[in-house]
Amino acid sequence: MKRFYLLTALFLTLGLLVACAPAAPSAPAATAAPAAPTAVQPAAPPPQVITIGYTVSQTGKYNVESIRQTNGLKLWMKQVNEAGGIKLSDGTILTFADKSYDDESNTDRVQELYTRLAAQDSAQFLISPYSSGLTSAASVIAEQYGKVMITTGAASDSNYTQGYTGVYQAYTPASKYLTGAVDLLKSDAPAVKKLAIVHENDKFSTSVVDAVKLYAEAQGYEIVLFEGYDSGTTDFAPFINKIQQSAPDAILGGGHFQDGSTFARQLAEKKVAAAYVALLVAPPEPTFAELGDAAVGIIGPSQWEPQAKFTAAAAKGAGLTWAGLTGEEYVATYKAAYGEEPSYHAAGGYVAGLILGEAIKAADSTDSVKVKAALDKMDLLTFYGRIKFEPGAAAHGLQIGHDMVYVQWQRDAAGSLVKEVIWPKEGRTANPITR
Amino acid sequence: MKPLLRHAGIWIAVLLVLAVGLYPAASRSPITRETIFTVLLSVGLASSLNILLGYTGYVSFGHIVFFGLGGYVGFYALDVLGWHLAAATLVGGLAAGLLALLLGLSILRLRGAYFALATIGINEAMKAFVSNFEPFGGPVGMELHFAIYQDYGGAGQALWMVYWGTVLIALAAVGVSFLVKRSRFGLSLMAIREDEDAAEVMGVVAPQAKTWAYVLSAIFPGMLGALFFFKQGIVEPGSAFRLHLSIELLVMVMLGGQGTVLGPILGAAAYQRLRGLLLTSAFFKNIQLAVAGLLLLLIVLFIPAGAVGWLRGCAAVLRRILE
Amino acid sequence: MLGQLLASLTDGLLIGIVYGLAAMGLTLIFGVMNVINLAHGPIIALGMFGVYLGYTVLGLNPFVGLLLVGVLGLLLGVVIYTVAVHRVINAPHLSSLLATFSVNMIIIGVGTSIFSTSFRNVDFNLGSLSLGPVTVPGTRLAAALLALLVTAALYLFLRRTRPGKYVRAVANNRTAAGLMGIPATRVLALSFGIGTALAAVAGGLIAMSLPFTILSGGAYELKSFVIVVLGGLGNPIGALAGGVVLGLIEGIVPVFMQTTWVPVLEFVLFVLILLLRPQGLFGAQR
Repeated sequence: MKRFYLLTALFLTLGLLVACAPAAPSAPAATAAPAAPTAVQPAAPPPQVITIGYTVSQTGKYNVESIRQTNGLKLWMKQVNEAGGIKLSDGTILTFADKSYDDESNTDRVQELYTRLAAQDSAQFLISPYSSGLTSAASVIAEQYGKVMITTGAASDSNYTQGYTGVYQAYTPASKYLTGAVDLLKSDAPAVKKLAIVHENDKFSTSVVDAVKLYAEAQGYEIVLFEGYDSGTTDFAPFINKIQQSAPDAILGGGHFQDGSTFARQLAEKKVAAAYVALLVAPPEPTFAELGDAAVGIIGPSQWEPQAKFTAAAAKGAGLTWAGLTGEEYVATYKAAYGEEPSYHAAGGYVAGLILGEAIKAADSTDSVKVKAALDKMDLLTFYGRIKFEPGAAAHGLQIGHDMVYVQWQRDAAGSLVKEVIWPKEGRTANPITR
Repeated sequence: MKPLLRHAGIWIAVLLVLAVGLYPAASRSPITRETIFTVLLSVGLASSLNILLGYTGYVSFGHIVFFGLGGYVGFYALDVLGWHLAAATLVGGLAAGLLALLLGLSILRLRGAYFALATIGINEAMKAFVSNFEPFGGPVGMELHFAIYQDYGGAGQALWMVYWGTVLIALAAVGVSFLVKRSRFGLSLMAIREDEDAAEVMGVVAPQAKTWAYVLSAIFPGMLGALFFFKQGIVEPGSAFRLHLSIELLVMVMLGGQGTVLGPILGAAAYQRLRGLLLTSAFFKNIQLAVAGLLLLLIVLFIPAGAVGWLRGCAAVLRRILE
Repeated sequence: MLGQLLASLTDGLLIGIVYGLAAMGLTLIFGVMNVINLAHGPIIALGMFGVYLGYTVLGLNPFVGLLLVGVLGLLLGVVIYTVAVHRVINAPHLSSLLATFSVNMIIIGVGTSIFSTSFRNVDFNLGSLSLGPVTVPGTRLAAALLALLVTAALYLFLRRTRPGKYVRAVANNRTAAGLMGIPATRVLALSFGIGTALAAVAGGLIAMSLPFTILSGGAYELKSFVIVVLGGLGNPIGALAGGVVLGLIEGIVPVFMQTTWVPVLEFVLFVLILLLRPQGLFGAQR
């Protein structure tokens, strides 16, 4: 009899759950929105808090990059709010709050969560998740709900050819990620003839290597190996054996942080001889140095490095609008806030916020249509570099103003690992070395 | 007995699905629609799986392969061939049914654990194959150009259309599940479940019956896959052939009661509801899987017949009105 | 070409032996009680985390950590058997599949909330050994040797000790073994414990050379399925052979074609063997 009651209770609970299915879900687990400190002025319209929605990969394979990106965005938000927010011409003061969920580095969760952000949490503006795959899933939702979404950490070109009208890219597109590395080899390592390209089989890395393959072949390089590995691969032995067999002078490719650093480690363990290795995403991250000797000589493309010197004066010279703080200020405030060196992912997150803020200022409105028009016209210089979006319909929102730099891990005189900028030549802090 | 009462089982099931399905139309709220969409998708999938699992007693662990294949074929028809959504949905269902027919002739010879393992193998083989199959976009999958939603009156309209399609398919799956159960065909399936060898002796052509049950249980997931990935706007091997979803379906069927019509409906709704609650609560977000696992373990150990099966066992009157 | 083939063969052989050890746990449990343990993957992952935590938190040498992982794995297996499996051992297959799967969900759920799903590395380096075209990281060589050692120990246990003979007797015919006075329930719990310990130790061996997350076990669980079918369900020594075959496929196939085709071949082979030779490549006709 006791068992009967227990079971009845269990089923009643289940039944209740089913019965109240259509009810709005209970309080979502979102990051606490900071209270907006706004000074209320008489006569002026009431201040508004603008909600920016996005997902973070708190866990999973993208968590390193994604958390940095969010740190950058939050820093921007904090600075704007502390400076009193953005003031529109009608006197409205805008401050910013964020709403975010953990997407677990998983595409499936992204659409569910962005729908929630757009429909239920009424986020006025969206920022993309990290990675091209997650972002293309989020873009569909952003567009379905007519929201503006600034993408950062989402370089793949193909996302901007899907006919979206409100998606704008802060990063240099993937097709330009490794072409500079080929230029570097051409200028500094004329002996290099044979290239091996080994890459992750995801959207981003595939767009990168497809472009670099064409570019390198046009430059007269021989591609001796061109092969992809599944996302989540941890054992690179079969690829490394193939690399050994084809004996390339340089290896290009990689994917994201986890696989890239594992690949670099196993290249060292298996004593691969190639003189140059350029990998995506992982090398510019400060934590890449934890690989120790395996990191030495590894080259990586970066959206931004702390050594970059873009200034208001340079903007003036080039006839561009300057926006935001200087590189030194950014590095200093980021270090003060998070106690670590900012990587380009962190800069990308910050710039995504900056772009949004500047667009709202230029549009003098928070209306999506007006903000889109302002973004289409935007041509800025920031600490992160130039920002300009493709206005045409064929690749609307693609970043066309910004350029990559290339870093290499080297040992300094004291023997500790340092990240040097080796390309473009004008911005060089050290000459490239071989592995 | 009055005919209405005799068919009480189906009326309860259909009215339940219909009531839940119509609710978002009344509220016009996109978020309610999204919640119910997830529930009805699971209802359709779980009811289909139940035809094979509940009636025939074959544990298909990789049933999601039909959802994924239907999704891919439908997506291909929409994106590359430029077909209308309705046609793409049908062809998605057809492709899944065809695969089931081909597979059924071979792997349904296997029994028990061997069959379960084979279905896992087939799902993984299909996933790996699609990752290498360039017409389907290979490892990066396919994306729809956003303009395609304009053909259906804009993105908002298209989402409602997908929703109504899902309601219809869920209803159809429930209806077919009932018809099968009440038919001679269903009887032979249940005979196979109880004792396959004895059933054959009694004149059931087991291979044929099993294959048709497999095909029936594959068609609706195929159609749902086409609709689902149209809504997503993007299809990738990993999200199309996710083994985990397959196992979640088994859990839903078990929760509600295998071999009943109402069971998979209640099971799917309860599971999705529970998951939604756990996922959005700050406290349970990380541990939600463990809570769901614990619940499943309790049900498997103590009430293996599931909610509906247990209720049917409680009183004769329930046995009459619950199918 | 020859160099690459030699290197690939060596890599495949070494990793295959470790795969084989993991699969041995799965196949032992199936052989003794006819249960497919769907918590196999998470248990492998727990073994990985056991070695990782022992190394980073307690400062244990991974080899000492493995010993600990083995003992804890045995205990965990006995607990899982008692709580989740014993009640459904005579029920239809679906019940035991779902019971072990719910254990899977519980481990993954708790594990995710403790460890998150981020990647971990056991930063343990034994250098590399080079011989002509073949370069082998020391950790992988050690892992394969240890896996062989554990296999030998299991063989001796099953053949030479009284509890081992009980296990074989129960696997053969549970009812008859019970009638002979063998404590069947305790032997079943012990077998589940040993199966779990094997999986956990294999996980620990993998963790010494490759990065992992709490979800990594899933991939090795699928590999274990393929291996046990190759080697014959329920045949522990067959599992070692199956593991080597799988490892060699993974090593050699990429020499001739794109590596991403390997899983297609693996799973097609898997289904074909189930259909055409369910007793496994090495099993006798039953």
